[in-house]
Amino acid sequence: MTKIKTHVLCCGGTGCKASASDEIIATFEKLLKEKGLQDEVQVIRTGCFGFCEKGPIVKMLPDNTFYTQVKPEDVEKIINEHIIKGRKVTDLLYLDPENKQHVADSKHMGFYKKQLRIALRNCGFINPEDIDEYISRGGYEAIAKVLGEMTPQQVIDEITKSGLRGRGGAGFPTGVKWGLCAKNQADQKYVICNADEGDPGAFMDRSIMEGDPNSIIEAMAICGYAIGATKGLVYIRAEYPLAIHRLQVAIAQAREYGLLGDDILGSGFNFDIELRYGAGAFVCGEETALIHSMEGKRGEPTLKPPFPAVSGYMAKPSNVNNVETFANIPIIITKGADWFASIGSEKSKGTKVFALAGQINNVGLIEVPMGTTLRDIIYEIGGGIKGGRKFKAVQTGGPSGGCLTEKHLDTAIDYDSLMAAGSMMGSGGMVVMDDTSCMVAIAKFYLEFTCEESCGKCSPCRIGNKRMLEILNKITEGNGTMDDLQELRNLAAVIKDTALCGLGQTSPNPVLSTLDNFWDEYVEHVVDKKCRAGVCKKLMNYVIDKEKCIGCGKCAKNCPAEAISKTNYIAEGHKLPSMEIDTTKCIKCGACMSGCKFDAISVK
Amino acid sequence: MAVIKLSEDKINFIKNVCKSFRNDGGEVINVLHKVQGEYGYLSAEVQELVAKELNIPVSRVYGIVSFYSFFTMTPKGKHPISVCLGTACYVRGAEKVLDELKRQLGVEVGGTTPDGKFSLNCLRCVGACGLAPVAMIGDKVYGRLTPDKVKEVLAEYKD
Repeated sequence: MTKIKTHVLCCGGTGCKASASDEIIATFEKLLKEKGLQDEVQVIRTGCFGFCEKGPIVKMLPDNTFYTQVKPEDVEKIINEHIIKGRKVTDLLYLDPENKQHVADSKHMGFYKKQLRIALRNCGFINPEDIDEYISRGGYEAIAKVLGEMTPQQVIDEITKSGLRGRGGAGFPTGVKWGLCAKNQADQKYVICNADEGDPGAFMDRSIMEGDPNSIIEAMAICGYAIGATKGLVYIRAEYPLAIHRLQVAIAQAREYGLLGDDILGSGFNFDIELRYGAGAFVCGEETALIHSMEGKRGEPTLKPPFPAVSGYMAKPSNVNNVETFANIPIIITKGADWFASIGSEKSKGTKVFALAGQINNVGLIEVPMGTTLRDIIYEIGGGIKGGRKFKAVQTGGPSGGCLTEKHLDTAIDYDSLMAAGSMMGSGGMVVMDDTSCMVAIAKFYLEFTCEESCGKCSPCRIGNKRMLEILNKITEGNGTMDDLQELRNLAAVIKDTALCGLGQTSPNPVLSTLDNFWDEYVEHVVDKKCRAGVCKKLMNYVIDKEKCIGCGKCAKNCPAEAISKTNYIAEGHKLPSMEIDTTKCIKCGACMSGCKFDAISVK
Repeated sequence: MAVIKLSEDKINFIKNVCKSFRNDGGEVINVLHKVQGEYGYLSAEVQELVAKELNIPVSRVYGIVSFYSFFTMTPKGKHPISVCLGTACYVRGAEKVLDELKRQLGVEVGGTTPDGKFSLNCLRCVGACGLAPVAMIGDKVYGRLTPDKVKEVLAEYKD
């Protein structure tokens, strides 16, 4: 019998893997073996810890030491100092940006203090490729309880009572959805897990599947029991190879343990899961489009009703839930609906996972109770704006959501308050922007995305969004008029009212919310032909500061348009006359600025 | 109909893939995943063969290939480059990195360099937002890119 004294948990999420976490693990294993410590120290590759900004992360148990930005060459030091001598490697600890103190335990870090991890409860704690570790943390207790003690109706009632709402974005009550599917009789029903996470800037579902795949499997089996389905399907993006691999491993292990397959736990209940691969179409996140894609067709949505609960996959009753929704199910069953309902705000219960990204100090995956304010998320957890710049906006809900401003910072966020503020929860992308972002360009960015991803089935989305994009292009190129701004609103209203599916109906949101919250910026683009953030190239003017310019002439050499020439002015302390740019000739390529070593050229 | 000019090996491979999915038209997406995984892209001839094997119209196969962005009909370079244009990367300056790549490679998005070495594409969110802006070359992820770093990164692939 070996005695493991120390556990080394190393993050194996996509972000940390990209910065050499595999190499770190290999180095640990190699060096531990060389030192004969392999029986006392166990190295575990976990799912995402969430603190991607400071990755790769290595956590030591039992003392909870949290090492950040570890490099393969640091491993030897960790072994020699921490494991052998029992001393912490101070320079690898997290440095609190406020008091400049090193923090050893993640519990005391600003990033983790205000978080509450329910859906992410196992991410970063267990080896996702070992079902025993999931079981040791209470895994598969919920399915045992459901099969042993509860009727399907009791399961549905419990989920309804918990107040859990769909985490994919729209926030439909999960228990009600299950109930609708349960009451339809059919020879075959399906449980579908929507893992086609397509929002640019959202990676919470992927992290859950990579870090805790068994929780999804268990939840799908519970759902199958509740609605009377024996088949589960996970529709997952082909672009997520690691998540696919971990799900496959987990499914195989669950089958081996008799937790999937025929007669689960001797209850007579049969359930099995298969994977289906998405092929990169954002619209497939919409449930009817997703079902068509699984049937081997183009992923085009159809009108509801009929709802999938009546006629879904292969025209059989199907229940579609998103990954994060499922991740909440097992713990609701084991801890009870009342416990879950005690967390969160009045109408939105539980927690929400957000992918915090953009111009913020602590990029990462966070989970907070519903009702947490944006200010807490951005400043307490996110550590404020990068480089001490000024906060400008936060975008939630991806291409279907909107941009919120300073005045919304104290809004307690839940489904309803975000909707009221002109944005939406969406799947949980949260992108923070500072004053270097141009809001007109951001609106254009999202609209470009929607135009590219529109399936083309209905004209409001296919043609309407294209027209809106043309207008935005016109504005960012300095040719916009005030009438164009009104036209944007008119088009947006029509698209919202008439588009076929959720993608189309919400596609004007980024434009509308920026029009509402950043009207001045639009007017500046249209009337003054100015972009204050310096993003819209056609509206920029390069200027040479004649006091700083030493007259070396490098900019004139770099200029492909011969727009730069000498002046007669010689600044104090300089020997040569300064240069100037003829704005009528300037093609705004920026070659002058990137070549200037004296910081004399700026954009105005 | 174009004359099928695929090699014997390729024809057999595709036929076997279709067979492994019971020649079921409903499995066409899975079949295409497998075939593209092997050959890198889906030519017109390949699509015709898949359609024939699965007993569905070529138009349906083409409809699927052109609908989903994961499928491509043009061969990629030896080192396919994908620049992430997800929101997180966008606000951290991914567009400037993309412009620099276009400039240095002399190709537009979707293009391949004349020597077939690099192809340039965009994608939406690798999920490594902590490292934004990121780009992938083959399976390797490069994080915290700036236009200045582009040359250095490309130099790694000068065989």
